[in-house]
Amino acid sequence: MATTITKHETLVGTSIRRKEDPRLITGTATYVDDIQMPGMHHACILRSPYAAAKIRGIDKQAALDLPGVVAVYTGEDTKDVGPVPCGASLPGLRVPHHYILAIDRVYFVGHPVAVVVATDRYIARDAVDLIEVDFDPQAAVADPEKALAPGAPAVHPEWPDNTAFTYLQDGGDIDAAFRDAEVVVKERIVSQRLIPSPMEGRGVVADWKSGDKALTIYTSTQIPHLARTLIAMMLGVPEHRMRIVAPEVGGGFGSKLNVYAEEALMGFVAMHTGKPVKWIESRRENFTTTIHGRGHVDYLEMAAKKDGTILGLKIKLIQDLGAYHQLLTPAIPTLSVLMMPGLYRFKNVHAEIVGVFTNCVPTDAYRGAGRPEATHTIERMVDILAAELKMDPAELRFKNFVGNDEFPFATATGLSYDSGNYAAPLRKALEMVDYDKLREEQKQAREEGRLMGIGMSAYGEICAFGPSPATPAGGWESATVKIEPSGTVTVLTGVSPHGQGEETTFAQIAADELGLNLDDIVVQHGDTAIVQYGIGTFGSRATAVGGTALYFALQDLKAKLKRFGGMLLNSDDVTLGNGVCVCNKSGKTVTLAEMAGASYRAMSLPANTEPGLMATHFWEPPNFTFPFGAHIAVTEVDRDTGAIEVKRYVAVDDCGNIINPLIVAGQIHGGVAQGLGQALCEIAVYDDDGQLLSGEFMDYAIPKATTMPWIETAHTVTPSPVNPLGVKGVGEAGTIGASPAIVNSVVDALSPLGVRHLDMPMTPERIWNVIQKGVQS
Amino acid sequence: MIAQNFEYTRPKNLEEALSLLADGNAKVLAGGMSLVPLMKLRLASPESLVDIARLPELNYIREEGGALHLGAAVTHYQLESSAVVRSKCPLLAECARQIGDPQVRNRGTLGGSVAHADPSSDYPAVLLALEARVLMISAAGGDRTIGYEDFLVDTFTTALEPGEVVREIAVPVEDNRTGYSYQKVLQPASGFAIVGIAVRLRNDGGRIADARVAVTGLGGKPYRARNVENALNGLAGGAAELQHAVATIAEGIDANTDIHASAEYRKHLARVYAIRAVAVALSRAQ
Repeated sequence: MATTITKHETLVGTSIRRKEDPRLITGTATYVDDIQMPGMHHACILRSPYAAAKIRGIDKQAALDLPGVVAVYTGEDTKDVGPVPCGASLPGLRVPHHYILAIDRVYFVGHPVAVVVATDRYIARDAVDLIEVDFDPQAAVADPEKALAPGAPAVHPEWPDNTAFTYLQDGGDIDAAFRDAEVVVKERIVSQRLIPSPMEGRGVVADWKSGDKALTIYTSTQIPHLARTLIAMMLGVPEHRMRIVAPEVGGGFGSKLNVYAEEALMGFVAMHTGKPVKWIESRRENFTTTIHGRGHVDYLEMAAKKDGTILGLKIKLIQDLGAYHQLLTPAIPTLSVLMMPGLYRFKNVHAEIVGVFTNCVPTDAYRGAGRPEATHTIERMVDILAAELKMDPAELRFKNFVGNDEFPFATATGLSYDSGNYAAPLRKALEMVDYDKLREEQKQAREEGRLMGIGMSAYGEICAFGPSPATPAGGWESATVKIEPSGTVTVLTGVSPHGQGEETTFAQIAADELGLNLDDIVVQHGDTAIVQYGIGTFGSRATAVGGTALYFALQDLKAKLKRFGGMLLNSDDVTLGNGVCVCNKSGKTVTLAEMAGASYRAMSLPANTEPGLMATHFWEPPNFTFPFGAHIAVTEVDRDTGAIEVKRYVAVDDCGNIINPLIVAGQIHGGVAQGLGQALCEIAVYDDDGQLLSGEFMDYAIPKATTMPWIETAHTVTPSPVNPLGVKGVGEAGTIGASPAIVNSVVDALSPLGVRHLDMPMTPERIWNVIQKGVQS
Repeated sequence: MIAQNFEYTRPKNLEEALSLLADGNAKVLAGGMSLVPLMKLRLASPESLVDIARLPELNYIREEGGALHLGAAVTHYQLESSAVVRSKCPLLAECARQIGDPQVRNRGTLGGSVAHADPSSDYPAVLLALEARVLMISAAGGDRTIGYEDFLVDTFTTALEPGEVVREIAVPVEDNRTGYSYQKVLQPASGFAIVGIAVRLRNDGGRIADARVAVTGLGGKPYRARNVENALNGLAGGAAELQHAVATIAEGIDANTDIHASAEYRKHLARVYAIRAVAVALSRAQ
């Protein structure tokens, strides 16, 4: 065995390099685009150049005449395929019929209109340019507030008010809170549209075996099983004849927690041509047709006492939905509302969400999915209140945190926070930056005319989705553990890792439970023909829910192993541990391999025991988990240009027990990068006609290695009581904590100029304009 | 992101390259850092490419007759790392270092960038400040050399005639008393210059002399700011006088506006970065 990790060493809690890495860094991983099949065709999609237009006609003859073109399909051909599914349900939700190819109208730039199937991808692309579509451009609207204005162009002509839903949530007595208020602060806060930007875009290979009437779809997804159920429904293929494979998936950030038109479209093409077909999304397509994230305009009012006690919060949340509902589009802002109270004790909230159609690509889950927006707004409001009351922002937070003796804590939005010590990470972060000294430095800097800022965020998030009654598709997760006859172990998990490292962390869990080496465990996932039904990887749920399912499957298997051990040792008094079974009387041992061999050879069997060693567990979580933490950013603003320098970044996170600190650090670093990207540079810009101006990486600015500050990480550990592993989830924490910490810091830097709030991204020009106004006033 | 069908030729020598390019139908590929993305977006669809990036005849850095002669196929990385360039024309090395990322600098070439004439690229400011000269050749013969300022005609437009290729850029060797600086505001996504200012000057007994100031990124065409140069000469470099001297740097320029920076902000940045570049250059001038 190649591993350097010796047997019996406890692996959980250790920084182990990922088992996934060798194949990723040597270029031997298999992504969708690496899949080759005999006779495979290639597809390319004609997309709308207009945000809104009627289609008067499509002439595909010239494309069909191009040698190498096999077929061209339009919306007329595919109109019987079921609609792209929306899994979210809200009272009164308007759901436009989302055909996989446009029929007589397009609703956003990038809307698929026709597909060319050809013998190679170059011919397919050339043929797209030969299709003539007679578009009749219509007025479009790309901004959610403009879409709500009277007389705005109707995205869907049947709903002239562009309103997909309104949703109200009340908790406590908001009127009393504002009646008792001594201070009320108000602000309009925008969480701009963002482009998720995974390294690998989407891609699909579909393979139809007509003899078996069986369809296999390889797709870059986070949810292979849910995709199977939904795509089978769209195509009318019985689910047991449908197989989905998520091969290596190069990141998703929520954008692949979805079912897309192209996945069903490729299935349709394969079934109609009888040949396998591949479609690989270009980056331009990824930017214009894969879901975007965020897209909030929030109007907030916070009521408080003069001593800083927060009494209540009102929010009107305008959510830019885009032109359609993708899988969870309308549900995302409801998550924001759930987390509006943040880590604070106040019990009175009033929330109104208005979901607005625009002629843009749909929004949906993007790293944090609703919770970064919630945290950003509450943490901004707390700072605004602190400024109003001339209180230190840390002191104000300490005053309002839910206390350690209040858990489980019932929130105003109906949640039950599982466990917490909310003051601990903030206290630790303040110690790390030497807060009092830093404030002294700031005083000095201000005297020198420098704009130095100190900003903090104390975030809470809702993770481990989730109890099934609270989720659209079931919130449980599954695991199967197979001890093979030779004693090595295969784990089949229902989650679908695409960068999170569960092939390593789950192997750590299994190795510890069974007393084996890391390399004795292989974790498989992503293939519905191999793995039992599962839900998938999103919402920081994989370890807290999927890892727990694994834990319980391992317990079942250990009980069975013990019976075989007892049989082999001829004793009722045995103990299982460290990869062996020991007779407590004689001290004799049998190895796991010997027990496995006996179970499969089955010369004799323990009483009431079947041969073989395999256990499957479906685990339903009793509650969500609620990780938390505190981030502090120290910034300095260049007075002459508005440029922001992040001089120091401290992240103290509490994600419960930690299985692999190296992977947790990686999640925090990547998460902070994306939060910092939102705070400083990222924005999907549509012009008034619905053209995406930030349509390539040449214009959409994500943080780069050279622009990232050093990130200092630390942890406090408050185990979750929700699962036996005590884990909470960490996939989105960094993103959630980062944007308010950075914005609060820059607002603090500019506060001597009278600045109270800044919207994101805080580009140098925006800051420079603010400074100009401040200097003049 | 798939280009239209095209022919690709990698000639063995310069002569063959020139004959392939003689009819003016083929496009020169000299690193491809700008052309290939344009082709993938189908904003450019040349039928034929002639790849000159690896021609040894075009890859040289020579000091001769008081000038550095730089072959068109010299990469940004070569300029950034060359000991000769760093000591004899450090402004050029400082500029090359700020282009794109390591991958781009390893593939992109000086000649390719100069011939492409992107108004937000970095070289124009520096080549204007250095009073560089461009040597062009063609199969028909008649090699000619013109000043870079004349070579640069307009946005993405140069003095190159069909069939003509940039063979060499020549920059004067600077004595080590010359002060220089290239200061750039990066477009946050692409890394191109929102504004880039090149300054090259001498220190004449504590006073600025022979100042040259050039601007890229601001408008459709990079330019020498001669009014600023004149205003700078003779100054001691105090903050107030520098501010006054650069005040007109963007005067009369139709500045770009895009999602990254408005015209007004770009003009402001030109002034701020000009002051910074002059201050750095002056500190380096002996």
